[in-house]
Amino acid sequence: MLREIRPAIVLLLVLTAITGLAYPLAMTAIAGAIFPAKANGSLIERDGKVVGSALIGQAFKEDKYFHGRPSATLAPDPSDSTKTVSAPYNAANSGGSNLGPTSKALADRLKEDVDKLKAENPNANVPVDLVTTSASGLDPDISPEAAQFQVPRVAKARNMPEEAVKQLVAANVQGRLLGLLGEPRVNVLALNLALDRAAAK
Amino acid sequence: MTVLGWFQIILFCVVIVALAKPLGWYMTRVFNGEKTFLSPVLRPIEAGIYWFSGVDEKREQHWLTYTVAMLLFHVGGFLIIYGVMRLQAILPFNPAGQGAVAEDLSFNTAISFITNTNWQNYGGESTISYLVQMLGLTHQNFLSAATGIALAVALIRGFSRASTRTVGNFWVDVTRCTLYVLLPICIVYTLFLVSQGMPQTLGDYVEATTLEGARQTIAVGPVASQVAIKMLGTNGGGFFNANAAHPFENPTALSNFVQMLSIFALGAALTNVFGRMVGNQRQGWAILAVMGVLFVAGVAITYWAEANGTSTLQALGLVGGNMEGKEVRFGIVASSLFAVITTAASCGAVNAMHDSFTAIGGMIPLINMQLGEIIVGGVGAGLYGMLLFVVLAIFVAGLMVGRTPEYVGKKIEAREVKMAMLAILVLPLMYLGWTAVGVVYPAAVASMANAGPHGFTEVLYAFTSATGNNGSAFAGLTGNTLFYNLTLASAMFVGRFFMIIPAMAIAGSLAAKKSIPASAGTLPTTGGLFVGLVVGVILIIGGLTFFPALALGPIVEHLAMNAGNLF
Repeated sequence: MLREIRPAIVLLLVLTAITGLAYPLAMTAIAGAIFPAKANGSLIERDGKVVGSALIGQAFKEDKYFHGRPSATLAPDPSDSTKTVSAPYNAANSGGSNLGPTSKALADRLKEDVDKLKAENPNANVPVDLVTTSASGLDPDISPEAAQFQVPRVAKARNMPEEAVKQLVAANVQGRLLGLLGEPRVNVLALNLALDRAAAK
Repeated sequence: MTVLGWFQIILFCVVIVALAKPLGWYMTRVFNGEKTFLSPVLRPIEAGIYWFSGVDEKREQHWLTYTVAMLLFHVGGFLIIYGVMRLQAILPFNPAGQGAVAEDLSFNTAISFITNTNWQNYGGESTISYLVQMLGLTHQNFLSAATGIALAVALIRGFSRASTRTVGNFWVDVTRCTLYVLLPICIVYTLFLVSQGMPQTLGDYVEATTLEGARQTIAVGPVASQVAIKMLGTNGGGFFNANAAHPFENPTALSNFVQMLSIFALGAALTNVFGRMVGNQRQGWAILAVMGVLFVAGVAITYWAEANGTSTLQALGLVGGNMEGKEVRFGIVASSLFAVITTAASCGAVNAMHDSFTAIGGMIPLINMQLGEIIVGGVGAGLYGMLLFVVLAIFVAGLMVGRTPEYVGKKIEAREVKMAMLAILVLPLMYLGWTAVGVVYPAAVASMANAGPHGFTEVLYAFTSATGNNGSAFAGLTGNTLFYNLTLASAMFVGRFFMIIPAMAIAGSLAAKKSIPASAGTLPTTGGLFVGLVVGVILIIGGLTFFPALALGPIVEHLAMNAGNLF
């Protein structure tokens, strides 16, 4: 048994150096050379400033922008570091609501949000993804129905014809991969950037 | 449920079955010490490692020595993780300036990673540095996976060899598994993941100014290199808090599909390795068939439950299923499928929050873990767990006809059955025992996020996941407390090693036996009768053990939901 002690130490250190340092560092160098933009987080710049990542959702509140899904992410309470406060789309602390199917808090929140959205657009059914929080709290996407639902509000806020906004939405719908994998979706940040570009013209 | 949804599920199953044979062929060669197409590159490195570490690759070990070597290896792994977590504040690669991790959390995380559980009481981007992610977690992702596979191979050797005292050399098995199997796949896999949008950088967290002018700090890091082994080695500990639901940790539908495949790939291939080593691939396919029956049943139930949604959603006229805690790019089907896969295997990565699943949808992941994660299972752990059930099933069949049971040419006798029972009974002792404590001890009760039966399920899920070395959670439960850090660590430790040691004892005892030829009285173990028998034994033993606990949690919650009760 004693002769197993040397391998237990030396082999562990060697394999740790290979898998814990050489491998991740080499992959960082190679990935950075082949896919520099993606390896750094798919960042989007406008006028030379980073406005976000193509993969990370943002908290949109203004009427003139399409809104993403509700987000349950938290941040430390500035006045008491042992507590947390709601901080939607906090990309430094991902997480979901973790409310269960029989949660009263969830039922109340859903009812409030559904009522608000029904008041905003009484003519359409409220899409489920627009009132449910995502798992990461950073979901960059909404369903095409959730985008269409917001068209009247955005068009009104921007004084644009609804038809023009609808076309922008349609142009930003990403379908299933090979018509098979995943779900159709609209990247909210990309759509809002497209809106801003259209308005600037 | 949609046709397209079912098509995705079927496609997944087809690809896994198709991968099992070529991967099994390759892995068999690796563990038999034969040449592979990578040998010209890797053999000199391998030989150098043995020379430097003082390993005699020709010298085989008794099962006890093999087990002790494995345990020593883990003591070292524990010390490395614990050390880098406690010292991260003064070590390099810490751009976010994370402070030292607390003693109890470091202890929990170190146990969690050496046992291949990867339970996340740590917050990923909010708690640990890049160095801990790489040197602490990525390295143990490799080594705990390699250990699991090595142990399964040692048990297979117990079945396939005859009249010998040895079951292989632990150091050689771990080294070859890491160099020839895990690393090459991970290198290609990492680049694929980056091509899908996963970050791989040592740079600082990004400060962005959103379109509405707010500040957004975006956590990045060496994500892809860790995620590759996290999935392939069924580890499951996330780089980020939200794990594979985080858009950086699972950017596209394709990255999701490949991640699901990589959870099952090696575990499914090991059934083929088993078949090849015992000299009849159909023995391997029969085992995979047992797993397949249980898997498809689980997927169907969870998919149905999630697509149906909850009574709260239905009352508000919200259609499209239970999207609370799910991502739009995955939707209902890919989230349900992922949840069943990750708990069938002992992966524990999540692409949706299981805590927000419907009662029935969330019960299936729980059952998968309570059955011992034998449906493909953790790399290695799944196969040796399943073989323990096979031993029992064969024993039960032997009792029915009054003959000494035998399996792949080996007599199954009292010692094997006792060891199998010990391994199978120790798991419920841990998760039921600790759950009982967790629902009455006040400091533990305060950790529940949901009230009513759902709170009970959160606790049951936590201890089940820890004991099964899964690592997924009903994540509302506040796990980073002294009580949970210590109790979950004990569940993980017992769940891993008290399964391994009896399994290795069986390996040693079987290897020493003579091989007997099949006769007219031997139960054929490659047909439907055998598959049905094993499935039956698994469900009866499992059902008797944990049905009462399920009745208090998800089942009563489902009934309460239908009756319109909220908590």
